[in-house]
Amino acid sequence: MSPTPGANKQRLVMGNEAVALGAIAGGCDFFAGYPITPATEILEEMGKMLPARGGVFLQMEDELSAIAAVIGAAWGGAVAMTATSGPGFSLMQENLGYASITQTPCVIVDAQRGGPSTGLPTLASQGDVMQARFGSHGDRPTLVITASSVNDCYESTALAFRMARKHRLPVVLLIDAVVAHMREPVELPPPPPPQKASYPKIEEDTPRFGDVPFVPFGHGPVTVVTGLSHQANGLAETQRGVHTEQMMRTTIQNILSDPEIRRSWVSAYQLDDAEIAIAAYGITARSAREAVDVLREDGIKAGLLDLKVLWPFPNQILRETADKVSMIVVPELNLGQIVLPLKAAVEGRAEVHSLNLADGTLLTPEDIAEFSAKQRKSTKEAANA
Amino acid sequence: MPRLGLDVDQYLRTQVLPTVWCPGCGNGNTVEGLATAFARMDVDPTQVVVVGGIGCSGRTPFYVKTNAMHTTHGRALAYATGLKMAQPKLTVVVTMGDGDALAIGGNHFIHAARRNIDLTVILYNNGIYGMTGGQEAPTTPLGSRTTTSLTGSIERTFDTVEIALAAGATYVARTTTFDMQEIPLRIEEAITHPGFAVVEVLSQCPTYYGRLNQIGDTTDMLVWERDRTEGLPVKMANRQELLGELKTGVFRNEKSVEFTKAYSDLCARVGGSYGLS
Repeated sequence: MSPTPGANKQRLVMGNEAVALGAIAGGCDFFAGYPITPATEILEEMGKMLPARGGVFLQMEDELSAIAAVIGAAWGGAVAMTATSGPGFSLMQENLGYASITQTPCVIVDAQRGGPSTGLPTLASQGDVMQARFGSHGDRPTLVITASSVNDCYESTALAFRMARKHRLPVVLLIDAVVAHMREPVELPPPPPPQKASYPKIEEDTPRFGDVPFVPFGHGPVTVVTGLSHQANGLAETQRGVHTEQMMRTTIQNILSDPEIRRSWVSAYQLDDAEIAIAAYGITARSAREAVDVLREDGIKAGLLDLKVLWPFPNQILRETADKVSMIVVPELNLGQIVLPLKAAVEGRAEVHSLNLADGTLLTPEDIAEFSAKQRKSTKEAANA
Repeated sequence: MPRLGLDVDQYLRTQVLPTVWCPGCGNGNTVEGLATAFARMDVDPTQVVVVGGIGCSGRTPFYVKTNAMHTTHGRALAYATGLKMAQPKLTVVVTMGDGDALAIGGNHFIHAARRNIDLTVILYNNGIYGMTGGQEAPTTPLGSRTTTSLTGSIERTFDTVEIALAAGATYVARTTTFDMQEIPLRIEEAITHPGFAVVEVLSQCPTYYGRLNQIGDTTDMLVWERDRTEGLPVKMANRQELLGELKTGVFRNEKSVEFTKAYSDLCARVGGSYGLS
């Protein structure tokens, strides 16, 4: 059958391109970056789109300056993003902390590649999960979103911008080399017309920091911004950091109770009657979904918990899942990262088995299905012994 | 007298004074110079952002009553680049120390100059890391004692002016805290200049540099500062050997394509409106 002309609006889009389009949909009008595999296409796409929209595209001298320019731009009123991979993400950590303490809305995309160091530039990894949470020194509120498909790349990036602006914090989108570079047929809405972000009016005594809206420079009386612990008026508090601690606690609570986060936290597949839950994220969730089908064909009731938001970790959802299943399998392209908070959340309610691979290749559906069946078998044998 | 008839205090955040700086530090002279330049220009403080890095000089944004951004060590120019690009009508002044601008932040200094983006850098050069207690900087004069070069520095010294010129800054000047009345004039020229402007202010750190090198008190340091700059004979041969001579004045003041303007033109070529008329 020949397709009807014009009936299918789908086109083949690369993950990185979908990130760029999702950013535009999320209101992004500023991008600063530095070339790095496998994130470079995001830089190139933004370089194509932003000047024609009157937005700003900057190729900076390194990743340190890329994120610094993004934070500076946010304080100039822009809706700003950068994109990188592991080595660049490492370089960004200090300024990521600056964005946190100054409550600066921005988005950082990390297309993970094999590490450590230069590692495996063109191959996939999920090795930056802990870095995305704990990479910058000190405590800070974090929001880390994943994507396992090209369509996800678009939706998750737009979500990252909504959350960054609503909760005033740097939001990390964690993808990987395969999601970044794969092409899938998707139907995406056309980019919205360019529109400058608007901000509320502030007065001299309006608090600038804490649980208050973000208002950049030039939209009212002068504002002081500092990476030192500071009061609501922006001036440093060097003797005791009470305001900064309170700000962090409040932001964490605001994120935890955000209805959109609660809706987006996980996506379940065949989980209702499952005895084995596979908890996975990113590209590994794609393999895990197929592993569920493979296991079910063999009569093993498996289900998938696709972790769409890694940080804050969905503790309660994992506890509830653990109460319903006997075993949770956690496949990851690292030596065991998200399994740590998962075990802590589950508190022994179910067995937890970690399946890890960190050589740049992917865990296949068969790998995950075989591992799950084997763990199930040894548990049954141990019970019968 | 630049101060005459000017309300300089309106540009100082008096509620946070006194400063964190040691008695006799040259940074106060430079801040007064900056506030005086603002008063001379009658700037609208809501349309100015002073961006600082980390170190003694990095505290400047707290003391100047404009918008202020106290950023991370070495990165002030990268923050300022993003800020200026996002809101090109803002006046952005970047205050950095010598270690901040030329060691940890050297790469950003070079590239901001290369772009010729309309930022004004005020580089406080006291030849030493003051905030951390007197360590060697890339600007420490050869042979000087610091807490990390107790037997005398063996590292060759960076010349801010030479670097700024080579990297493409379109306004480059050097003055000293001895020349207090010149500071606001140079800063005003730099802010008015449409492009990347650098004003290096040679400054005294009596607490660390002065003591470790037995130069004496603040007055002695100011005399030493005067004597090491061009036009005046260096009194002590061993000091000349130690510190060399530095020229002051305006080294370059020329117009070239400014970055936000070039970017605006680029947008226009592809149908975008950047918002610069």
